[in-house]
Amino acid sequence: MSAQGELQGRADAPANGVPLLEVNHLRVYFPVKAGLLIDRKVGQVHAVDDVTFQLSERETLGIVGESGCGKTTLIRSLARLVDATDGAIRFRGDDITKAGRQKLQPVRRDVQMVFQDPQASLNPRKRVGQILATPLRLGGTRRREIESRSRELLQQVGLSPEHLNRFPHEFSGGQRQRIGVARALALNPKLILLDEPVSALDVSIQAQVINLLDELQDDLGLTYVFVAHDLSVVRHVSDRIVVMYLGKLMEVSPADELYSKPIHPYTSALLGAIPIPDPRENRARERPIVSGEPPNPINPPSGCRFHTRCPRATEICKRVEPQLTTYAGGHMAACHHPQNVTDEEIRAATRSEASPLSSGSDAPGAEERSLGQVRG
Amino acid sequence: MAPAEPLLRVEDLRVSFATEEGVVQAVDGVSFTVDPGEVLAIVGESGSGKSVSVMTLMGLTRGPNARFDGHAMFGGRDLVSAPDSELQKVRGNQIAMVFQDPMSSLDPVYRIGDQIVEQIRAHEHGISKAQALDRAVDLMERVGVPRARERIRSYPHEFSGGMRQRVMIAMALSNSPQLLIADEPTTALDVTIQAQILDELRQLRSETGAGIILVTHDLGVVADIADRIVVMYAGRVVEQGTLDEIFYDPQHPYTWGLLGSITRIDRDRSERLPAIPGLPPSLLAPPSGCHFRTRCPHAFERCTEVPELISRLPEAPEHLDRCWLEVEAKRSLRQLGDQIGLATGETVIS
Repeated sequence: MSAQGELQGRADAPANGVPLLEVNHLRVYFPVKAGLLIDRKVGQVHAVDDVTFQLSERETLGIVGESGCGKTTLIRSLARLVDATDGAIRFRGDDITKAGRQKLQPVRRDVQMVFQDPQASLNPRKRVGQILATPLRLGGTRRREIESRSRELLQQVGLSPEHLNRFPHEFSGGQRQRIGVARALALNPKLILLDEPVSALDVSIQAQVINLLDELQDDLGLTYVFVAHDLSVVRHVSDRIVVMYLGKLMEVSPADELYSKPIHPYTSALLGAIPIPDPRENRARERPIVSGEPPNPINPPSGCRFHTRCPRATEICKRVEPQLTTYAGGHMAACHHPQNVTDEEIRAATRSEASPLSSGSDAPGAEERSLGQVRG
Repeated sequence: MAPAEPLLRVEDLRVSFATEEGVVQAVDGVSFTVDPGEVLAIVGESGSGKSVSVMTLMGLTRGPNARFDGHAMFGGRDLVSAPDSELQKVRGNQIAMVFQDPMSSLDPVYRIGDQIVEQIRAHEHGISKAQALDRAVDLMERVGVPRARERIRSYPHEFSGGMRQRVMIAMALSNSPQLLIADEPTTALDVTIQAQILDELRQLRSETGAGIILVTHDLGVVADIADRIVVMYAGRVVEQGTLDEIFYDPQHPYTWGLLGSITRIDRDRSERLPAIPGLPPSLLAPPSGCHFRTRCPHAFERCTEVPELISRLPEAPEHLDRCWLEVEAKRSLRQLGDQIGLATGETVIS
């Protein structure tokens, strides 16, 4: 650890119960423009729409959802690569939502990103040594220490230090992704945002990179946000999982519980759609196939965004946006007609602070109860 | 079952490409058959030669630097040696193909309907444009495109990925093919859409009795839809058998490594995933003998000779593999592997 000295300044930052990252009612909208000479704003894409969550140190949070659900925009906004429209992002208690260059600089070291396509995210004209030296130089590592630190980084990600003089094209996809990880590790970050880090890789190589990420987390005490569309990969790496649909949180759950006890019908639909690589179990499984495709995020449906495809949707789902309800064990879901929970669990459940501001206050199952009363 | 002639019989197919660095042996002696109404899955990692094999059947790998050997018999024709003019009659007609990326396989400047009509009329000369258009609407409805009559006038960019893939399937079906080749048809799609497309393929198979070759790296998809599996590694078939044979009694260490290293939604988070160490070899200079031996934890002296692709199981004569290990040795090694995980933690690349 050659950069130990300069770490000190940051290492004693507040750790007293303040979560590493807090996201409060975050919105990211993109304007849709039309017109040749004068840009007229004709609408907006609701990419991330009122998302709230917290992240503790050394935790891995998985974010899953279909394409267009806003998962990538969400983590790009956490890295301040896109600006939030509304809401707040706090890193170790400091609000960084609108922070300028100066204030962001220390945060940029602590928060690093690994991208999906290692081919596109490494400069093809630079040698690995130069790629790794850039963050080190910007981070203030002394010139003569840069090379030794780069070698150390390569070793950390399972590559040989001799690879410093090679170009990215001389590596395979899995090795390139290791370089991407090494670059992210260069400044001893606290939090690494991983955007589909293994989806471009072959299965046998996926396993290698996942194991590497696991080992690094144990050794360096890293915190991960792991975005993927592959629910089986996410299950393998995550402590907690967030399911997103059209910019909204549908369900937030401890990792294993999401698979054994999905509360939101959308989660069940996603899980049911994934074939299990085991023919007998696959045949034995009941799999509801959801019809249709995600609606346009420029004009998202009213009420619950999933109601147009949901098998359980009723009248209330069209009118009232469901609140995020906290069930036992911190398992949260935004649904009027939750699955896999007993009446008792529903009664014991509470409205979560993370509920979108525009959501209704109807507790889950409210419609059924009122209908029951009318009939009774 | 009576030993009827299969729909397609590929025998000892070899494809090599001359490149600046040398000769790449992309396909090195591949044999398999496809029966009518059967789904044959070809699985393997990138560079295993699975796509080159099926593209060769369609004549899509022909070029000045390519060399072919072997046979692919389909309806009395040899697809490998048939002249282009003859292949053109088969292509898109009796054999159709669906590609991985539906955006780059549709022409962005023509309406969807016109592209389907073109394909229909290319092989059926008597049909009028209006009739062909009606047929195109029927086809699009059949593969689940809503409001097909309106949407036939759309351009590809107005369709989502899933809808485009449906259009590709509609085009492939336009001349009622006997064999459909699907090269990673769902890889670019979301899981919920993938489930819909796989359902479409299943229905198609039962309605038309067409044989399907599914090229994929996704073993979940394979478990979902395939009848038989061909596992390829570095240009060769390393194992071949029925779905259950491959999943429950895999005979080649590569296959069991592949099955072990996948993450599964029905499994808890275990400490480490068993990973196959190392990388697939370069096809410019693959290792002598068994191509997998440099990554295989169980390799021994004999592996420097190329093992034949034969059945080593008396109870399953159709289950073929290319591995020198004794059957009993394999089964016990595999069980051991299940318990401790194959090559755990050892992922350092030299």
